[in-house]
Order: sequence, then structure tokens, then C-alpha cells
Amino acid sequence: MSSYSITEPSAPQKWIAGTLVVAYAVITLLPLVWILTTGFKSPVDAIAYPPKVLFEPSLEGYVNLFTTRTRVSPEQLEALPPPETWYEEVVRNRDMVIAGPSRYGERFLNSVIIGFGSTFLSVFLGTLAAYAFSRFKVPLKDDLLFFILSTRMMPPIAVAIPIFLMFRTLGLSDTHLGMILLYTAVNISLAVWLLKGFIDEIPREYEEAALIDGYTRFQAFYKVVLPQAATGIASTAIFCLIFSWNEYAFAVLLTSGTAQTAPPFIPTIIGVGGQDWPAVAAGATLFLVPVMVFTILLRKHLLRGITFGAVRK
Amino acid sequence: MSDTPFNRAAKATPPSVAAKIRGLSDRAIAWIFVLPTIFLLLAVNIFPLIWTINLSFTNFRANRPNREVEYIGLRNYERILTDSDIWLTMQATAHFLFWTIFFQVLIGFALAWLINRKFKGNDLWTTLIVLPMMLSPAVVGNFWTFLYQPQIGLFNYGISFLTGIDPSSFQMIGDVTLAPWSIVIVDTWMWTPFVMLICLAGLRSIPDYIYEAAEIDRASKWRQFWTITLPMELPFLMLAVLFSGIENFKMYDLVVQLTGGGPGSITELTSINLKREAFEKWRTGYASAYAIILFVTVFGLASIYVKALNKVKER
Repeated sequence: MSSYSITEPSAPQKWIAGTLVVAYAVITLLPLVWILTTGFKSPVDAIAYPPKVLFEPSLEGYVNLFTTRTRVSPEQLEALPPPETWYEEVVRNRDMVIAGPSRYGERFLNSVIIGFGSTFLSVFLGTLAAYAFSRFKVPLKDDLLFFILSTRMMPPIAVAIPIFLMFRTLGLSDTHLGMILLYTAVNISLAVWLLKGFIDEIPREYEEAALIDGYTRFQAFYKVVLPQAATGIASTAIFCLIFSWNEYAFAVLLTSGTAQTAPPFIPTIIGVGGQDWPAVAAGATLFLVPVMVFTILLRKHLLRGITFGAVRK
Repeated sequence: MSDTPFNRAAKATPPSVAAKIRGLSDRAIAWIFVLPTIFLLLAVNIFPLIWTINLSFTNFRANRPNREVEYIGLRNYERILTDSDIWLTMQATAHFLFWTIFFQVLIGFALAWLINRKFKGNDLWTTLIVLPMMLSPAVVGNFWTFLYQPQIGLFNYGISFLTGIDPSSFQMIGDVTLAPWSIVIVDTWMWTPFVMLICLAGLRSIPDYIYEAAEIDRASKWRQFWTITLPMELPFLMLAVLFSGIENFKMYDLVVQLTGGGPGSITELTSINLKREAFEKWRTGYASAYAIILFVTVFGLASIYVKALNKVKER
């Protein structure tokens, strides 16, 4: 900075503050680093004492994550033809053979389908509603907006009882459609509040100019407002995606077989004598890394998203 | 006219329909835009809420749908309010809420204050610190049980490294006195960045000229902190407490994965307790009444709090 300012912190102050923050960041990121590294540890290294920082990387966790295996006797192992692939070899080294694929792939795919489906729906409906709330006189507007927000205050378990019964009656239990609708309803309050904030910031004059030029309301909305709101819509979409991606309580209650998402599944990955930690860590890594990337992309709008637009930077 | 998707759609639209769309008044458009959302929320939020109220007056059990349902008046409510186990659950929740909010606000504010010293690279570190907050609480909570393992767990090892205590001598999750703190620690780890972000926004919203004026008046840094920074930061701090309070009251996934409510029912927060009543003991009517009591409590507390918040903002 060229000009001297009395409110600018001094160099030593900055240095101390920086050191403390970096120290906190390092400590707070340790558990995440541990998830990433444990995924590449062999089962023995994962549970070594003292905890191993340096280790020989192994893909056993990832192999175990994607396969189910059965133990075979040494004689049977001898009789088998030599392993064709590297992952078969990894499994054979543990006196086991691959019995088939695990369900992780399916669960992950379910998370993707349900996450993207509900995100698309809630952003689509949310944009329309937000535009109307932002531009038109809707009767009882404030009450409606507050009502939309208040649906987020309930513990999910409290709403789950009737939803559980409703889904059972309608045959929506354990279906993708049911979960998409449910997550859309959960996310739409966030979508409406965030998008209303973004659309409020677009000057009305643009649309008015378009209307004078002979555009209809729909055209003005589609051609003028939507492009202007594109960044807002994109960050809202990422927030909705992250929330449905992470959701656990409804998923564990309402899905079991076909539509189960990854969060209820990952904690159930077990090996011999308890949880297979390298496999759990591998599953968690694949599941968490996309969110980390999205968080970094979102950093400018993060605060707005998590406070429902109550705080804007 | 250019050839945009919209124009192509417009050309493909039959004239009569096009005329109708053109003719729609703003009012009609407003309703068309808002109604799907309202309908969805009515179907998935309000209708279930009314159903819950109705169920709360019955002895319905969802695992026996064919049994005759009797209306038993307020008996469910009476049972809940006189049940001593529920009060233990409430105590566990209060302990969890108080300490998580306390630590999150303390550490979150301190971090925000440090980051606001504008050292080089503060944006990058802020983004990194935020990461835990965005991750799946169930998946992360499950992994923390590994970090909390005596002997091999990273957490226990870290504590023994710093204090010299034998890492296998204490069990964060299995011990009755430590378990309530084990969930406070993970929750604080996860949600401190949230409070930090709100506090940071507050600090950045205080204009420099106020401090400049204070400098000219020779107010000490300490005095500036107490008379400028803190009062102007207060609405943001209150907002942070509100959000973090609601989030932690709703807490289910993280704690259920970490301790499952145990040992015994020491860490059985209201959400976990409610899940047990509703989906393990299948006392649907009773659990519905329980849910309504929770809803009224949260809603009431939040409204009172928001009123106080608005008063502070007006000052």
C-alpha cells in the first residue's frame, strides 16, 4: 500500500496474526488430511502406533471400497490361475478373491442423481418464485417469505414421522423420485431467499427498457434477468447440491436399498473385526473432494449462502 | 430478430397460446411463478405438520398400521412433560448447545479479528479454514470415531504428545465424563468457521473513518475495541449465535455417527431421542407430541431472539 493509513495494522501485528491463523488452519485441516492419507494406507499402517505420517502408499483401501471379497484357503489360492489385474493381485495377497463389486458405486451414483435432480428442481422453482417476490406485489409477501424460511427451523427428524407415513402410502419410500422431491422441498427455502437477494441487486431499469422495446414479461425475464443472475443462480445451485449431497437424516430413514445415498452407506463399510478404515477413508475421500472443490469455487458467495442471504459481503 | 433458442420457441408456439402468454398480466405471472413453490412446501412441510399435530393426540403406532387408532387427548403431552428421561435429554442438549456456541463464538471471533489484520494471503487461509463446515457431517463424524480411538487415534495421540498422558488411558467416546465433550469438540471443529465468516463480515463492515476519528481523539486500541469494534459487531455476533443455535439444536447426523447417543444415553440429544421414540420404539403418537413441543420451543425462542436482534440493529 502506497499511502500511509493509521488504521492499517503494523507489519509485526500482521505477522503474528498470520502465524496464529495459519497454525489454526493446519490443526483444523489435520483430520481432513488424515482422511486423505488413510485412504492410501495399508490396513496395518492405518492402525499403527504411533500414527504413521510417512508410509508406503497402497491402493488396498480403494480396492476394498469397490469390491466384496471372500477368504479362500491357501490350497484353493494355489489352484487358481494367476491374477489378471493389479487389483486382483492386491486382494490375493490377503488370501482372498474378489467376489464381486461392492455397492459403493451404486450409492455414489444415487447421490449424484438425487443431488443433481433436486438441485435442478429447486433452482428452477426457486428462480421463478424469487423473481416474483423481487419484482411483483405478491399478497402477504413478507409472511410467505418468512413461512418459507421457517420450514428450515425444524429438526429433520421431527418432520420425518408424517413424511415417512406419507411416502409409505404413496409408494415413494426408497425411490429416487421421492428423495428428489423431498430434498427439493428442503432446499427451496434456501434457493428462494438467496436468489431473491441476487435478483434484487439487478437494476429494474434493464427490464423496464426491455419492456418498452416491446419484450413481453417472459422475454424480459428470460433474456434480461436470467443472464444477469447467472452467477447468483450458479452459486445457489452449488449450495443446494452440497446440502442434498451431505444430507443424512432423511436418507437413513427413508431409503434402504435402491435409492440409498452415500452418507448412510459409507459408515457401514466394514472389514474383518470392525470398520475397514482405509476403505472408509477412500470412500469418504471420493465423496468429500468434490465438495472441497466446490467450496473453493464458491468462496466469494459462501457467507451469503450459509446465512440465507442475511449477511452479504 | 436474432436466432436465439427463445425466438425459435416463440416461433414454434401456436399464435393463440402466444397471445395468451403475451396477455398475461404481471399479477398472473407472479402467481404462476410463486405457486409451484408454495404448493411443494404445503405438501412436504405444512401438510405433514398438521398431520403431526393430529397424530400427537392419538396412540397410533406406525409399525401396526391396522390397529384401531384412539384419540387420547393431551395424554401424550402430559407424559412427555412429566418424563424424567426427557429432562435428561434436554440437559444433554443444553450442555451441547451452551458449550458449542460458547467455543464457536470465542474462537470464531478471535479468528475473524486476526484475519481482519489483513496479512498477506488471508483469503487463501480463510477458504481453507472454512472447508470442514461444508462436508458431510455423517461421513466426517464417522471418521472422527477413528481419530478418537485410544492408542491408535490421531486425537488421543495428539493429546498425549502435548501433555504426556498415556494415549490409551482415556476414551473420548466411551467415557461417561468425556463423551459430552467429544461431541462438543467435533461440532466446534466443524462449525467455528461459520461463526468466523459472519464475524468477519461484521468487522469488515465497520468503516475505517470511525477508527481514524478515534485515533485522532487518542483513544487507546483497547478502548477502541470496547467502544467501537464490539458494539458494531454485536448484531453480527447475535446472528451467528442464532444460526449456530438453530443448527446445533437440529443436530442429528454428526452426533449419531460419533456416539450414537452413548455411552448409555449421556449424549442423547433431543433429535436422537426423538428418532428412538419414533422409529425404534415406534411410539408414533407420543413422538409426534414430542416433535410439536420441540417445534413450539424453537419457534418461540427464535422469535423472541429475532425481536431482540432487531432492537440491537436499530440502535
